[in-house]
Amino acid sequence: MSEQNHFVIGYGTFVRVWCALLALTVLTVGASRIDLGAFNVWLALFIASAKSSLVLLFFMHLKYEKPLFAWMFLSALSILAIFLGFTFFDVLYR
Amino acid sequence: MHKDYTGAKMGMWLFLFSELLLFGGLFILYAVSLNRHGAAFAAAGQELDWMLGTLNTLVLLTSSLTAALAVSAIQQGKAQMALRCLWATIGFALGFLVVKYVEWGTKIHHGLYPGGAELAGREAGQMSFFNLYYVTTGLHGLHVIIGGLVLGWVIIKVRQGKVHGGDFVLLENSVLYWHLVDLIWIFIFPLYYLVL
Amino acid sequence: MSSAQNAHKSFLQAPGTGLASWIFSTDHKRIGILYLCSVLSFFLVGVSLGLAIRLELFAPGETIVSAQTYNSLFTLHGVIMIFLFIIPGIPAIFGNILLPLQLGAADVAFPRLNLLSWWLYMSGAALAIASLFGGSGPPDTGWTFYVPFSAVTTTNVSLAAMAAFILGFSSILTGLNFLTTTHRLRAPGMSWSKIPLFVWSLYATAWVQVLATPILGITLILVLLERLLGLGLFDPAKGGDPILFQHLFWIYSHPAVYIMILPGMGVISEIIPVFTRKHIFGYKAIVVSSLAIAFAGSLVWGHHMFASGMSDTAVFVFSLLTFIVAIPSAIKVFNWVATMYKGSVSLAPPMLFALSFVFLFSVGGLTGLVLGAAGPDIHVHDTHFVVGHFHYTMFGGTGFALFAALHYWLPKIFGRIYNFKIATLAWGILFTGFNILYTSMMILGMRGMPRRYYDYLPEFTFGNQVATAGSWLLGAGVLLMFANLLHGCLRGARVGNNPWAAGTLEWTTSSPPPVENFLEQPLVERGPYELGGVQIS
Repeated sequence: MSEQNHFVIGYGTFVRVWCALLALTVLTVGASRIDLGAFNVWLALFIASAKSSLVLLFFMHLKYEKPLFAWMFLSALSILAIFLGFTFFDVLYR
Repeated sequence: MHKDYTGAKMGMWLFLFSELLLFGGLFILYAVSLNRHGAAFAAAGQELDWMLGTLNTLVLLTSSLTAALAVSAIQQGKAQMALRCLWATIGFALGFLVVKYVEWGTKIHHGLYPGGAELAGREAGQMSFFNLYYVTTGLHGLHVIIGGLVLGWVIIKVRQGKVHGGDFVLLENSVLYWHLVDLIWIFIFPLYYLVL
Repeated sequence: MSSAQNAHKSFLQAPGTGLASWIFSTDHKRIGILYLCSVLSFFLVGVSLGLAIRLELFAPGETIVSAQTYNSLFTLHGVIMIFLFIIPGIPAIFGNILLPLQLGAADVAFPRLNLLSWWLYMSGAALAIASLFGGSGPPDTGWTFYVPFSAVTTTNVSLAAMAAFILGFSSILTGLNFLTTTHRLRAPGMSWSKIPLFVWSLYATAWVQVLATPILGITLILVLLERLLGLGLFDPAKGGDPILFQHLFWIYSHPAVYIMILPGMGVISEIIPVFTRKHIFGYKAIVVSSLAIAFAGSLVWGHHMFASGMSDTAVFVFSLLTFIVAIPSAIKVFNWVATMYKGSVSLAPPMLFALSFVFLFSVGGLTGLVLGAAGPDIHVHDTHFVVGHFHYTMFGGTGFALFAALHYWLPKIFGRIYNFKIATLAWGILFTGFNILYTSMMILGMRGMPRRYYDYLPEFTFGNQVATAGSWLLGAGVLLMFANLLHGCLRGARVGNNPWAAGTLEWTTSSPPPVENFLEQPLVERGPYELGGVQIS
């Protein structure tokens, strides 16, 4: 019946995560104003990944779910990465 | 017949994966185009209003916060708090859409849209940028609308007492959908607005 | 939830018998039968289109239809066969009916979503059929919808693209339903190492359905936007690239062929042990190879694009990976054959179709290696060799597996048996016709006859006429087979729980099963292929 007696994540945790997200947003906007050439995109993606991880792990409870859920998510992400990466075998070497 | 809470969540996560891959296709196109038209992308990106983009980012991040709070609230049986958080989330969603409407409106007014005169005169790389911009933010906007409607429906369920502290998977799953909408924007924002 | 008066009643009778009780049913068995009727109906439409193609190709030049109509014939033949028959086929019909039964469950994880999947299927099918009529005529792009032609042709491409999008959505929902069901609803005692191989095949397939289909979704949306707004995402003049369309298209459509074949392989893994009276050889190897095929099959899509203009590096990488993905498929063939070694083989109709599968799929697989090798592919790309290859794998493979599944499981579903002699005769006619038709095609292709042309050089005439004659035999065999099965389901002699003395859980309940599947929750103590002591009942 109630397997829903699950972790109740406190409001405080969520607010702290939100603050971190705001800080990372400020960081990414700031970083974009400095010209780092091609590295800009990678840095932006890295920061975006950090923000997404916070949303996934905390807001979406992935940290508190069965490990199976995280494995499933990583599988989906890996497949997308492969689709993207393998397309570049073509695009980069034409 | 017992409700399978974990199963219901699993189903929702699997659906989210399909949404991830749907947008993934657009990000693949973006990556290829960025690789080929780097300079044009930078030039075109400058025409997007980074302040409005940042505002929308903050709006969605905060909406995710309120959505997450709604789940915690209902878990503790605090239906009123949950409702307030859900209303706030919908409010933020509307705010996002208003900003988007302003952004698109300005561009369209200047002919910078697929089929518009201004865009037709730009170089190929810039055309690619704006095409992808409209398709991606358009599809994302559609998901914001759907997410907002779903959350509205959940509000009705909470008020009817059908979603409560002992059975709230409907709320939790709807909020998961909302977070996905936020996640996609977290990538759209730097890729389109911060290419400088 | 069955009421007291419906308890123990056959699912064919309860909870009601009117049309509404069927088309709004959330019982997985009824939904499976809804798919059975609709999928096989569309198969017959697809067969008719195929026979029409073969009639046109009976002689060079215009024979019965114009070139434009011919383009539409092969387009709709492909769209209907692929999206309405082969992709949904085994999972939607047999997955729906058997998955919960084989797991010892009462239904799938999301019964209402299951019903929605069928309604989406029917909606997509209606749009696809509608694209045949009105407007500027049925689509003429080939089922592959390549740009730039699909963006500019005035035919009903938008309608067909919307149809395919809706059908894809149906497939995704079915996939996520099956994944959740397998994870959450196994009977007590049924560990992952005791689930039947058919279930494993549906599980691997479901991952591909969930992860690959959305890419088709976005591709179709983009085709629609190209047509409506003239975006130019695939137009070099507007910063786009037509080869990107091909990448996106095949990123789904290659894994799609594994959505087609994996459940078929699952069916074969169920049938061979039963009709050989032996435990399957290498259960673990079959499980691992199923998952490996699902994964590796997502890495090889570029082998459809060797002649497209993509980079040599990509050609090399995709060719290499294509050879690698052949390995897990071969492992399965070895396991099936090894299962039969020193077994007590009975050539009942399910087994005839299963063995044909092994042979036909192997032919298809070997010809796939010719295509996967980049050099030879340049010569046979876009010829009838390719058409022969994919008909051997998709029709000889999945099609025959579906026929095998019909002969194996219809007695369970309807509680009646068909005539074995007629089934065997139909098989003989159909198998002969099949090989005449498709072997001729491969020879014609090797000799240079292109695909998707309504005309050909005079030297190809004889081969085409032989092929067309083969198609008539094939058609006759298919009709006889369906007539026999239909008669069997409606009027055949009754059978008990387990006419084949098989070991999976569906055979422990009545034929047809009761609404609630099992009168008592099954407790699983032995593996699905431990046939010692299992008898006909």
